[in-house]
Amino acid sequence: MPAPLPVPPMTAALRPDTEDAVVAAVADALADDAVLEIVGRGTKRGLGHAVRARRVLDLSALSGIVLYEPEELVLSARAGTTLSDIQAALAERNQALAFEPPDWGPLYGGPARAGTLGGAVAANLSGPARIRSGAARDHVLGLRAVTGRGELVKTGGRVVKNVTGYDLCKLLTGSMGTLAALTEITVKVLPAPEKIRTLLVLGADGAMALAAMETALQSPHDVSGAAHLPAYAAARSAVSYVSGAGASVTALRVEGPAPSVEARCLALKTLLAGFGPLEELHFRNSRTLWAEIGSASLLVRGGDPLWRISVPPTAGPRVGAVLARTLGAEIVADWGGGLLWARVPAALEDAGHASVRAAIARPGGHATLVRANDAVRASVPVFQPPAPGIARLNARIRDGFDPKRILNPGRMGAEP
Amino acid sequence: MKMPEADAGVLARRDAIVRDLRRLVPGEGVIAEEAGRRVYESDGLTAYRQLPLVVVLPEDTEQVSRVLRYCRDNAIKVVPRGAGTSLSGGALPLADGVVLGLAKLNRVLEIDYANRCAVVQPGVANLAISDAVAGAGYYYAPDPSSQVACTIGGNVAENSGGVHCLKYGLTTNNLLGVEMVLMDGEVIRLGGRHLDAGGYDLLGLVTGSEGLLGVVTEVTVRILRRPATARALLMGFPSSEAAGGCVAAVIAAGIVPGGMEMMDRPAIHAAEDFVHAGYPLDVDALLIVELDGPEAEVDHLVARVGEIAGACGAVSVRASETEAERLLFWAGRKAAFPAVGRISPDYYCMDGTIPRHRLPEVLARMAEMSSRYRLRVANVFHAGDGNLHPLILYDANAPGELEAAEAFGAEILTLCVAVGGVLTGEHGVGVEKRDLMGSMFSDTDLAAQQRLKCAFDPDLLLNPGKVFPVLHRCAELGRVHVHRGETRFADLPRF
Repeated sequence: MPAPLPVPPMTAALRPDTEDAVVAAVADALADDAVLEIVGRGTKRGLGHAVRARRVLDLSALSGIVLYEPEELVLSARAGTTLSDIQAALAERNQALAFEPPDWGPLYGGPARAGTLGGAVAANLSGPARIRSGAARDHVLGLRAVTGRGELVKTGGRVVKNVTGYDLCKLLTGSMGTLAALTEITVKVLPAPEKIRTLLVLGADGAMALAAMETALQSPHDVSGAAHLPAYAAARSAVSYVSGAGASVTALRVEGPAPSVEARCLALKTLLAGFGPLEELHFRNSRTLWAEIGSASLLVRGGDPLWRISVPPTAGPRVGAVLARTLGAEIVADWGGGLLWARVPAALEDAGHASVRAAIARPGGHATLVRANDAVRASVPVFQPPAPGIARLNARIRDGFDPKRILNPGRMGAEP
Repeated sequence: MKMPEADAGVLARRDAIVRDLRRLVPGEGVIAEEAGRRVYESDGLTAYRQLPLVVVLPEDTEQVSRVLRYCRDNAIKVVPRGAGTSLSGGALPLADGVVLGLAKLNRVLEIDYANRCAVVQPGVANLAISDAVAGAGYYYAPDPSSQVACTIGGNVAENSGGVHCLKYGLTTNNLLGVEMVLMDGEVIRLGGRHLDAGGYDLLGLVTGSEGLLGVVTEVTVRILRRPATARALLMGFPSSEAAGGCVAAVIAAGIVPGGMEMMDRPAIHAAEDFVHAGYPLDVDALLIVELDGPEAEVDHLVARVGEIAGACGAVSVRASETEAERLLFWAGRKAAFPAVGRISPDYYCMDGTIPRHRLPEVLARMAEMSSRYRLRVANVFHAGDGNLHPLILYDANAPGELEAAEAFGAEILTLCVAVGGVLTGEHGVGVEKRDLMGSMFSDTDLAAQQRLKCAFDPDLLLNPGKVFPVLHRCAELGRVHVHRGETRFADLPRF
């Protein structure tokens, strides 16, 4: 096997500032038999397998909000626009991205608040509100993108209800730049909540914590976040009520108009009284805590490998317990138990790959090795290995969009 | 409407094909005689009819797989069908094609409250899912108007919506997984009881693919807790501009109602004459806004929406005080289609979406078209999400009226695209809007979509003649054309 090429520095990048220039860059790569690594601001360059490309297609100059119509709940922006710019524009009109894109920059040692809309869509990011409001995939209304054939394609539209043609928005969202380079993205935006409260149940563990989350999620009180932090994770929170609890914390969020939030919070308190002592967080502390949960920052320490695992919610505690026991993993559970963040010791040679895949084989689900060093990511699959039938379909889909495999080759695993 | 040319060889082998299919699907599952096939000659788009070659009603995934593999091996086209309620001709048969009906796969397999999902077979009716979980206080959110009859398999194929989409999403936002059979008979599973996929979002791609990529044999849907309460407001406005302004103001105030429906004067009158819901008859636009959720929230928002409506010039505002009154407010809207059916021998239901603020202009242009085509039009509008359903009134027995109605409809949809909207919000492209796809997509866009068709069904046997104006051969689409970009990167090191 030839030695892998070094990952090139970002300064050697092509940095187009128009869509035409992106088309040209891809067409040139096709003509030159060259491959491209596509980046926005590079904040999630560590997600997926390293791309061994001599050319970097840097889309950070392709930026700016193209259209924002608050009363139509729609915003279009060029792919390199930062999420923080978009969120600032939305906040002025009391709106937000309801999929709650987490900030993973610091996970990879980068700066906070630097990620782009293109990156969030390419990685199909989603935050704690996934259980109620969906992931990026549920909010992308339209895309413009350049395929590996060097062709500009558009799909979807700028209206929230549209079934015209195949839903390429779904396919391209989460495809990690292996099908097309996104140039412009139209998203559905929603009103920001007037009020947010988080109810904390202290000291409930394992089955008890799951039961508390289930009780809240099965109630009619429209819970928009349900997470469980073991005592060691809670202790690292910047929110003093959480770090000072001295016990595990199960957090349940409600948001909406003020009278509604107050009424629901009260109802939830009654419902959950039997699970342990209760505490309540208001707007700012809620924001801080849920941002910590979405970005896994309560587990980030050093460069230890980090897994993000999606399973049926009831399987969460069991899978978490297995990984804690067999790998010594630290676990934070989100999505009512359906999402597990697992930090495993750096000493494990395969980052616990075999154990993680085995643990979710029976309940079903998928696991992504969100963070690990280059050597580990070169030796184990970062994304959930697809079943053979799905792998064949994926390869044929890739043939359609990028027949020469010039866009982010290898990023999602061995090239079919 | 031009459909793919029938394969004379397949037509000639009909008897042998029927015999073979009877072996694959024993019992009563193969319908060959003409009277039996006649039932399947059309779907909800009754203007088009075609007697199928044969109808097959498999009972399980294994039989679906065998039938598809057989048809692939013998180059026989297949048209999948749920309850046949499509309004775009998605299940229109082919003379040389097998209609594959999924009606016998009609069981609710499992309800999993702890994971808040239900696993059902594709032939289960949309409303039957909600009924199955209602006792525990749950429901399945997407509610197309045909929900009593339409099946969840058809909903997946069409990515069906309903009146609650703005808040609760379409089918695609409420699915967790499917089992499906590809044209070569291979059975695959996408998703499960967990959220999102690890690789490409094939579940998202398959949803709304109109039966061109595979045949769904099992569906896992999310179920939601039914909101504690729901109330509706019935509000009359002197103009569609004023009603549209009210919709925009409600959303600008940060309120996302569970449903927000608008009707124009002809639709109001037809509905009121039919169901006597107490709609005001002296207004040009009627708005029904439904708020659902916790009681405290609903009461609070009903008051706010009422205030906003007053400020926007509403001439009448009524809020439902009882569940019976809420249902009465909806009765007229839900009966709008049959109500229009009473005042005209036939009507043609269109389905475009527009940016909401273009509504007054679109209605004005439609009134102009109405006088030009000499056909009346009534409008019902999912105002929250911009999805417009003009109902064109015509008489199929009057020479030329069907053709005029179709031309009128095409002009409306082209207008929707021209103002920044799309050809179809929830009914699908099918055969109906197939030839208008070029107004929204370039040849390059359509080729990219069709290459997906090739990835799943390289012989183009599954539901051909739908969605794509021209089906190119896959080998032709696969070629790579290399031409350098015009904006050169002169300083680029070349290897």
